[in-house]
Amino acid sequence: MKKAGKENRSDPGTGKCRLYFTRDYFRKKSRGLGKHLLLIFFSVLALFPIALIFMNSFKQKKFIFAHPFALPNAKTFSLVGYHTVIERSNLFVNFENSIIVTTVSLFFILLFGSMAAYALSGYRFKGNSFFTFYLAIGIMIPIRLGTASLLKLMSSLGLVNTLTGLILIYIAQGLPLTIFILSNFMAQIPGELKDAGRIDGASEYRIYWLVLPLVRPALGAIGIFTMVPIWNDLWFPLIIAPSAKTATITLGVQQFLGQFVSDWNAVLSALVMAVVPILLLYLFFSRQMIKSVTSGALKA
Amino acid sequence: MKNLLSLALFLLIAVSTFGQDKVTLTVESWRNDDLAIWADQIIPAFEKKYPNIHVVFSPTPPAEYNGVLNSKLEGGTAGDLITARPFDASLALYQRGYLADLTTLPGMNNFSAVAKSAWVTDDGKHVFAVPMASVIHGFFYNKDIFKKLNLEVPQTKAEFMQVLEAVKKDGRYVPIAMGTADMWETATMGFQNIGPNNWKGEEGRQALLKGTAKFTDEPYIKTWEELASWAPYLPRGYQAVKYSDAQQLFTLGKAAIYPAGSWEIWLFEKDAAFDLGIFPPPVDRKGDTVYISDHTDIALGMNAATRHPDEAKKFLEWMTTSEFASLYSNAVAGFFTLSNHRITLKDPLANEFLSWRKTCKSTIRNSYQILSRGDQFGAPNLENDLWQVSAAVMNGTMTPEEAGKLVQDHLDKWYKPAK
Amino acid sequence: MCNRRDFLVFNPRTTRKFPFFLVVFLAPAVICYTLFMIYPLIESLRMSFFSTTPENKTVFAGIANYVKLLTDSDLAPRFWGALRNNFVFFIIHMLVQNPIGLLLASLLVSKGKGRSIYRTLLYMPNVLSVVIIGFIWQLILNPLWGVSESILRFVGLGKFFQPWLGLPEYALPTIALISVWQFIGIPMLLFYTALIGIPKEFIEASLVDGCTERQVFWRIKFPLMLPTVGIVSILTFVGNFNAFDLIYTMKGASAGPAYSTDIMGTLFYRTFFGQQLQLGNPNMGATVASMMFLIILFGVLLYTFAFQRRVKNYQL
Repeated sequence: MKKAGKENRSDPGTGKCRLYFTRDYFRKKSRGLGKHLLLIFFSVLALFPIALIFMNSFKQKKFIFAHPFALPNAKTFSLVGYHTVIERSNLFVNFENSIIVTTVSLFFILLFGSMAAYALSGYRFKGNSFFTFYLAIGIMIPIRLGTASLLKLMSSLGLVNTLTGLILIYIAQGLPLTIFILSNFMAQIPGELKDAGRIDGASEYRIYWLVLPLVRPALGAIGIFTMVPIWNDLWFPLIIAPSAKTATITLGVQQFLGQFVSDWNAVLSALVMAVVPILLLYLFFSRQMIKSVTSGALKA
Repeated sequence: MKNLLSLALFLLIAVSTFGQDKVTLTVESWRNDDLAIWADQIIPAFEKKYPNIHVVFSPTPPAEYNGVLNSKLEGGTAGDLITARPFDASLALYQRGYLADLTTLPGMNNFSAVAKSAWVTDDGKHVFAVPMASVIHGFFYNKDIFKKLNLEVPQTKAEFMQVLEAVKKDGRYVPIAMGTADMWETATMGFQNIGPNNWKGEEGRQALLKGTAKFTDEPYIKTWEELASWAPYLPRGYQAVKYSDAQQLFTLGKAAIYPAGSWEIWLFEKDAAFDLGIFPPPVDRKGDTVYISDHTDIALGMNAATRHPDEAKKFLEWMTTSEFASLYSNAVAGFFTLSNHRITLKDPLANEFLSWRKTCKSTIRNSYQILSRGDQFGAPNLENDLWQVSAAVMNGTMTPEEAGKLVQDHLDKWYKPAK
Repeated sequence: MCNRRDFLVFNPRTTRKFPFFLVVFLAPAVICYTLFMIYPLIESLRMSFFSTTPENKTVFAGIANYVKLLTDSDLAPRFWGALRNNFVFFIIHMLVQNPIGLLLASLLVSKGKGRSIYRTLLYMPNVLSVVIIGFIWQLILNPLWGVSESILRFVGLGKFFQPWLGLPEYALPTIALISVWQFIGIPMLLFYTALIGIPKEFIEASLVDGCTERQVFWRIKFPLMLPTVGIVSILTFVGNFNAFDLIYTMKGASAGPAYSTDIMGTLFYRTFFGQQLQLGNPNMGATVASMMFLIILFGVLLYTFAFQRRVKNYQL
């Protein structure tokens, strides 16, 4: 790209560009190749650490060190790490907890968030600007800074070491961005639609219910920016709900890694088991997610 | 809408209710290496006697234990039984009301005053943890490597350095398996391991407490100098080598010497495929008195906020019996019971460590009693400072003199010894 | 959002009686958010003005905690050190993550085969937990077992291998680069969104005028993307000054060697929850949290008033 630019004789001094017929077929072709090479380089960089862990988790210990870059084969194959993880860890309970926490949080984030976004984007009323601003503060200020008092609050509500405590925090944490994204989407919905509903005598609640399916494209963006951080959070599980019964997968893996730090097979297998579900989910939804993000959900 | 709401309600209820049949006690600990021993030996033995109590051993890695425990206590999420570090760390927990008073626990009389000394209030009236074990510092060595290279077990510091040099020259093995990445091992397994020979054990420790000795004095500077002199013999990239890396390096037979303590016996005997030997910290001249760190290391207290105080006390009471003393000391070889029960140790290495008590003078780590109280405002305390400076000295980013000055300056700021 | 708010301001019908159904719509979100987000934040601010006596009594302390944090000979170096490291952390992200994100976005925008595959792969590290990422990179960079040395040797750079994570001068940049590796997808996607949002006519017109692709990029596309540059910068700023997990996973709360990887998040954790042989001080912890709050607020305000306002003028 750089090279091609150099050969273009434009006049940077005046800022005026003139037409040169120098970009022939071959240069275009090679530039396309260069772009691909760059993209391939960065993609490999993104993929390689995960692939490395994945490959080596299926090898016997001595081959992990001896040939880290070799694919497992009949001679080096071993599942001992997975056996250790399944026997010694709580990962299945952790999975269950993570799934409960994430889905329940997401459900309420979407429900409460879409209700608030509907009110803020669909009606002009006194205090609209105030509520819009008030609910947006949380996008910038991390909830973590309130950990000290959250902990006290949770313990006075008797919600420490419960998934409910975690869920409530995640709902509060997820709402600001969700409301922001959904408001943007809902503002794009043509007013005629709602007016038509009103003429038919539908209640405002009914109209909300009609509008709701129309923001489906925004779900991908919310998934990426709200759900993934909940699934991956270490902080609140560590502080609010660290017990064995309530530990989420991220905390469970962290503790397992701490305990089995010198058992390489177990460590690699645990990493793979923690990575695979979220990766599958991502690969499955990535097109939708990215489309949703790029469709203008985050336009300021 | 209604359906959705009731589904949501159902989900919330489903989440917040747990079935409870048996009482479950959770044990907080930093001994993640002992996970299997607790799961396979200690807990089954207890549950056999008390079938309606279920015990879960839930360790956190040593370097994170205190921070995580404090946060759990603060939030009321800590387990029912809490493994207690000796002296001030646990005393502070007791004073803040996190640890229950166990003075009247039946079976407490199975421990001597000395054994209890690390878990009592300053006036000696209240005991807040059942002493479990002490650990003895020293060096492990790979007998096979020593035999192969024709090396003698070093007694003096000069001999120690000669051994290191010989291993290095041979080139096949790392002379000392140790890293500085986690920092605590440089302080605990380095500084507190070899230091007592320089500051003459208890004599030096008491002098620090009285304020008649300072970290800028010769014995301390000398200890850091000795640590710094190990640097060329550490594994490549030792600045990023963690505790678990060093353990692994040694058990894989790739290193000759491992500075540590008796608590490693169990792991090493399990993992190492070679003959293990031990030797006490080397002295200046042959025949000098050897001072060893025989540290009252570990005890179990009860979370004052536990919902099952009766069951937790039953467990603690069981821990005062000779059954537990024998089970624990033999299962976790290298942790020596602090109780008065006469038990026999089967492990030869553990017996060898124990035999040093007859020939050497014992002391404990000098940063644990009183001196790490600090100003309680979040500034690094003595123990944290020792981690930082010992690692920095070994990394070559700080001189021993700078280390001594930094540590003493911080100490002087708040510690005014009674004259 | 800006557009809509302007619309509201200028609309004469802005004021209206507050209908009940709006309460129903807003209440759940506002209550939940106020109770579990705003209240804890305010309560934390309040806690920073109190201190706890050895007898566990809480007394009003005014700004004593702040004075101590900023001037105490033991505590202040930790605070300023953490702040400095946090800025280094942020600057590395600004200099590496965002330009590369922009580069990748502009590569993705031009038509080509496999674009969506690249996009999917490049964003992938973002969905992984920091715990896992920290651990994976620690394995890779480990001087005893890691593969980074053999990779370097393979490309003939073996002599440049260092135990980066253990050296005070390299540890922080190394961790920052790992964080860049993880989060590169966010600026990439945001820039990508901005780029595909630029009307094609502009670009075609300027290409006809004879501009090179590079000129088109810098003279037409980039100025139009300035709002996104602003958003990316402020998101990076907030994210970086809120970072904790990665350093905690890789270096522990002590953030060694010699506090060289200590940032505001780890300082907060240590003061609040304590560490080896040391109990935490919740009031001092709240003070550190409040300082983080002020720093983030300052950044956000700077962005809103200095950047966003000015950039708006360039908009079409």
